[in-house]
Amino acid sequence: MFFLAEPYRKIATDGIWNNNIVFGQNLALCPLLAVTGTATNGLGMGLATLVVIIASNGLISVTRYLIPSEIRIPIFVLLIAALVTLVDILMNAWAHELYKVLGLFIALIVTNCALLGRAEAFASKQPVKHALWDGLMMGLGFTLVLVALGAAREINATGMLFANASLLLGESFRFLEVTIIPNYKGFLLMALPPGGFIMLAFLIVGKRLIDQKIAVKKVLLIVPSATLAEEEA
Amino acid sequence: MKLDPETIARLKEKIAVYREFLKNWLEPSNLARLRPTLEFQTGILAGFALVASVLLGVTNCSTEGTVQRRLAEDLKKSLEEVVPPAFYDNDLLQDTLTIPSAEYNIGANETTVYIALKSGKVTAVCYKFIAPDGYSGAINMIMGLDRDGNILGVRVLSHKETPGLGDKIEVAKSNWILSFVGRSLDNLTPAQWAVKKDGGDFDQFAGATITPRKSVQAIYRALQLFKDHQPQLINP
Repeated sequence: MFFLAEPYRKIATDGIWNNNIVFGQNLALCPLLAVTGTATNGLGMGLATLVVIIASNGLISVTRYLIPSEIRIPIFVLLIAALVTLVDILMNAWAHELYKVLGLFIALIVTNCALLGRAEAFASKQPVKHALWDGLMMGLGFTLVLVALGAAREINATGMLFANASLLLGESFRFLEVTIIPNYKGFLLMALPPGGFIMLAFLIVGKRLIDQKIAVKKVLLIVPSATLAEEEA
Repeated sequence: MKLDPETIARLKEKIAVYREFLKNWLEPSNLARLRPTLEFQTGILAGFALVASVLLGVTNCSTEGTVQRRLAEDLKKSLEEVVPPAFYDNDLLQDTLTIPSAEYNIGANETTVYIALKSGKVTAVCYKFIAPDGYSGAINMIMGLDRDGNILGVRVLSHKETPGLGDKIEVAKSNWILSFVGRSLDNLTPAQWAVKKDGGDFDQFAGATITPRKSVQAIYRALQLFKDHQPQLINP
């Protein structure tokens, strides 16, 4: 991320880590918990969301001067719903094999409040280029969380990772399907919705711990130089 | 239709005027002035709704044929999976028979039976049915039978069972569903048409009993549908 100019760098770090849809904003938990039974499903949902959030951010940014703030919510909802339906229909007709795998996720994107959140908080106030970049980064951040949560639940539930990835991505990705723990008895809870909540809590705790470590490091970096300055004075 | 240069010039002028007007109207400062007015808000909401519905309508109409073709291809593919191609030389989608099936609890009041013919003689039948009481919703299945009622193949078309547990009914995830091949109402007693936990002949899955139990029961009911209509189906 260090080679990017501002504000693209900030948008990228916000989208992927600091203000991540799940970790930072605690949004989109409905699709998150619904599909992360396996890492493959998480990846599918993530990719589908990525495409739609870029498109919705771009569309809303283009029309931002036309949208009066009093009726912005119905217009956002209308645009997002139309977009999702459009993707759904087009994919069913022209990418039918992919649709059979991803179709379930596409319809679920409508329930993803993160799209509305990005439209409201970012795209409706920013130039198109920034909005598209924000969509890409938010989508990537969301995909990462989905895959991480899916992988953690899948390993715990079945001892495997990326089961059936070849159905989603094609035969050439069969190498992704690995058995992490051979002869694993299985842990049913993790495959069920409560397991999603529990694992998500662990992931959020992990993220907070890392953030804390980073903050402590920053303080340690600042304090010595400050005391040094005092002594000199 | 041919236009003389004068008309073309006039039209160009007009277009230029409209473009100028649109450009000015779309200026952020002009839109900022308009946005608080009620007329603009009403108009813009209606405008967005109109554009969205036209776009969706046009897309839906223009892709309807393609989607139908894709669905027919899907159906054909799943029919081929449960009835081996050697069994028929007709178009399964063309030769169908609809029989009432409300009393069998297989999810539909009428079942369309696809009939496989070889040299004009019925060799096999194939139909879709539903286990309405799966662990988390309906399980859609398709089954092919030879003319004596032996199962040629069963496949799950779609389901909402728990990933990693109940989804072993899919042929892509385990070969459980293949254990039905060759079974019929004649070579298994009604008591054997159950999962092993219930004293039957079919495996359940570790951690998921309801899904296979309900699948076996639905297949059993679907077999009865064939048995009750066998004379009508194999002598059309």
